[in-house]
Parts: sequence; structure tokens; C-alpha cells
Amino acid sequence: MKILVPVKRVIDYNVKVRVKADQSGVDLANVKMALNPFCEIAVEEAVRLKEAGIATEVVVVSIGPAAVQEQLRTALALGADRAIQIDTEHNLDSLQVAKLLSKVVAEEQPQLVILGKQAIDSDNNQTGQMLAALTGMGQGTFASKVVVADGKVKVTREIDGGLQQVELTLPAVVSTDLRLNEPRYASLPNIMKAKKKPLDVKAADSYGVNLSSNVTTLKVTAPASRQAGVIVSSVDELVAKLKQEAKVI
Amino acid sequence: MSILVIAEHNNQSLKADTHKAVKAASQIGGDIHLLVAGLNCAAAAAEAATLQGVTKVLHADSAVYQHQLAENVSLLVTELAKNYQHLVASATTNGKNFLPRVAALLDVAQISDVIAIESADTFVRPVYAGNAIATVKSSDSIKVLTIRSAAFDAVDTGNNATIESISLAKDAGVSSFVSEELTKSERPELTAAKVIISGGRGMQNGENFALLNGIADKLNAAIGASRAAVDAGFVPNDMQVGQTGKIVAPDLYIAVGISGAIQHLAGMKDSKVIVAINKDPDAPIFQVADYGLVGDLFAILPELEAKI
Repeated sequence: MKILVPVKRVIDYNVKVRVKADQSGVDLANVKMALNPFCEIAVEEAVRLKEAGIATEVVVVSIGPAAVQEQLRTALALGADRAIQIDTEHNLDSLQVAKLLSKVVAEEQPQLVILGKQAIDSDNNQTGQMLAALTGMGQGTFASKVVVADGKVKVTREIDGGLQQVELTLPAVVSTDLRLNEPRYASLPNIMKAKKKPLDVKAADSYGVNLSSNVTTLKVTAPASRQAGVIVSSVDELVAKLKQEAKVI
Repeated sequence: MSILVIAEHNNQSLKADTHKAVKAASQIGGDIHLLVAGLNCAAAAAEAATLQGVTKVLHADSAVYQHQLAENVSLLVTELAKNYQHLVASATTNGKNFLPRVAALLDVAQISDVIAIESADTFVRPVYAGNAIATVKSSDSIKVLTIRSAAFDAVDTGNNATIESISLAKDAGVSSFVSEELTKSERPELTAAKVIISGGRGMQNGENFALLNGIADKLNAAIGASRAAVDAGFVPNDMQVGQTGKIVAPDLYIAVGISGAIQHLAGMKDSKVIVAINKDPDAPIFQVADYGLVGDLFAILPELEAKI
């Protein structure tokens, strides 16, 4: 069984985000970039399925300029077998990403697509669901457990009130939540080996997908900042402030 | 112009998120129709008809909608969508699950987690864990939005909208429901609570979360947790407040033993009043707290419970 894992290059989760003065977006110049944490979990899950003898090949794909090869190499070092970079300078929305990925699915014919539930930059939480829609596949979103057996995948989903199990016919799309697994660290030998693994580059234009979006960003601003309040010295003072000043209890 | 809001319910009653999604829809302007799709959900449909601003309730009752499977619900909503300019759902795990599927089937974008409506085509949403706020404009023929409940008030009830039954019932045939384990709690839900008390890594273990119970009882509060506490296995994930957990904005948020990582702040910094209790005076949580108390939470919590 082949598993396709779409991954995204995003700002490192530890970096303090700064909005550009001209309100055109977030300043990404000279900022540390990384594999989106949810994508890392997706790669780990696919590699574990391969190690368990369930999957035979793990293919990672990322959409963006040559810089995304860095994250593809990271995924290869974690255990993916080969990588595809869909080369574009466009800043794509989820729908366009899902359309490109649906073309990759048609070419590669994976039985399972595992991807992160959201990217920590755009925070959209859409791509997996859209890809499932475009390919007619079932979707197991926000997965905390994935079991593949008998042509089906049973997914335990993190939902608002607790957990839900659904069963999907393969091929299917699974999106990862934080508790699915704890990704490994790539070892130095594996990082070296990853440099020799195949990485194909394909032009985004070659897929025949309209890459323009109907959504335009008018401005990006910093959120209203909260002022630090006061440090109280005792529980009595805290209770008094909450009752008399804030009037919330 | 008309707007279709997709209700969030458990087949018996509506979730509070629906009242807020309808509020957001009312700010767009136009007729508001509210879809209640489920199984034996007539009571939820009847409740939907009481929401102010709703002109019509669409009631789809079928086994294929019982568990809100995204594959089936999206077929229904896509079929209905051609009569509307806006589709609106709550940014709950349910809304996040089925609505992007609808958008893709309609070949339009989805605007996720809307926190303000500027006009019928311009919306405000947080990105980068709320560290930046984007204003976006859509020229799609149908605007598809999920609404962050914490950013909108609930609409009032007392309305008496008409209820129309719809017989569409399509099973996509690729997914099935197996089971569900819902956390049973007498406490209010995190996203609906007026007061929330949350514990972090400083709680040290799951048993110590019991120290929050007495205070939560007295304040009718929900109990939440930071991702650190969830990752450490102290408490289940459905208690997580943060960028990837629940986004809350209660009147009072009490953070206990939580350092205040940006991912946690993203989930609670719009609370009206924030109290932080932490032994580390340099913890970033104090930079957003209205009232900070530096000290040992194991001494402070029993005292707070006694005095509150």
C-alpha cells in the first residue's frame, strides 16, 4: 500500500510573528522556517505504517518554491521514501492546493493520504477535507488513532465532546491531530541518506489547475494587545479585586 | 440575498454555537435559513425555529445524517447551496469537518474561523495562532464561512419560524460511524462557560486536577487545560484550550500552573478578565493577566476555594 503525505513549509512554531508595517502580511524575511508540526505527525504515522508492514511506500509532496525542498528532505530523513516538489511562486489557498494534490493522487494512486489537520500559519484546517471531496474519498479528520485492516481504515477522531470512531473505505484521507503520535528525531545517518533519496520537481502549471484564488487579503494587522494587569499579594486581595473591581464573581 | 446556516446539535437540542453562528449571519444581512440535519431531530428543529432572525428552518431527518458524517452532510448542503449566497457553520470540530468538503464540491474557497463580518463579502479572521489578524474579501459566488463562536454573542429566542421538511437523503457510501465516547460532565461546556479554570503542567499530574473541582463548582465554571497538560497525559484532549484546541472567551479565565505559551494564549486571550496563578514570576501568562498571583498553586487553590 502506498501512502501519500502532503507537507507544508511554515514559520517555526517558536518564532514570534511580526506583522509588516505596510499591513501586507507577516514578515517572513530571515525567519526560521520548519516542517508544519501536524505534517511532521503525518509523516511519522505513515512511516510507522510502513515499519509495521502495512504500507510499502511513503511519498511526500510539497507545493512551493525550491525552499520547500528543505522540508521534503526533513520528511525523507524521518523515513519517507521519495519526494515530489510542485514548483510554484504563487501563494496558494487551500482549494488550489487541494486541486493540485488531487492530480498527484490521480498519478500516484495512493491507498491512503495522511496530512496535517491544519498549518500553523494560515490556520485554515481545510486542505484534507477539500482533497477528500475532490477525489470522492472518505475523510477521517483530527485523527488520534489510525488502524488499517481489510481494505478499510478505522480512525479515532478528536471531537469537541470526546472521541469518535469512523470507518472509511480505502482509498481515504486522514488528517492528523496532536495526539496521534510523537514524531521521532531524524538521526544523522538518516539525514545523510535522505540527501540521496529521489526528489522530483514538477511545475505547478503542468497540472492544468487554475491557481488563482477568488479570495484576496486586504490587510493583515497585529491583534489588539492586552495590557499586563497587577500582581496581587494574596488570595484575599485577588478575591476582593474579582468581586469589587472586575465584578466577575 | 439569503444565507444558509447549518445548525450544530445532538439530535435533541441545539448547541450554543448555533445561536452565535446565526448572530454572525444576521450581520451579513439577508434571509436566514437554518438547516437541521440529523435523525429524529424534530425537537432540535423546533428549537431552531425559536432563534431570532431565522426565517425558515430546513429539517432533514434521515439515518444518513445521524452522526453528522461529513461525506453525507456535505452532499446535502451542496445540493441546497445553489439557493444561497452564503453558507455559515460554527468553527467546531463538526463544522471544520464537513464545511471545507462542501466548499470544494462547490469549487469555492472557505473562510475559516471568522471573528468579524465587515460586509457581505469581507471578513476578518485570525492567522498565525491569532498573532496576526487578516481582513479578506471573497469574490466567490457562494461565500462559505465558519464562525468562531467566542467572537459573537448568541441571538435571542422567542421566534416562531416556519419549519420545512426536506426529504433529500444521500449516503456517499464511503464512511460509516463506529462508536463515540463523549465526556460526561455536569459542568458547562468549555465554549459556552462564563467562567473557566484551566490547569497546566504545573498541576504535576491528573489527580491534582481535582483541586480545581471545588472552585469550578462554586463558580459554575468549566475546567480546561493547556496543551502541556494534555500532552503529559494529565487530562483528555477535549479539555485543551489553545490554537489547536478550543478557543474560548469567557467573562473570567483562571490559568493555574500555565506558563502561557503563544499557542495557549491564542485560545484564551480574548477572555474578559484573566487571572494567572503561577510560581514563576517571569511566566509569560502574567503579561496578559489582569490579576496575577505568584505562589505555590497547591497552597493557593484550597485557600481560593475557601474564600471565593
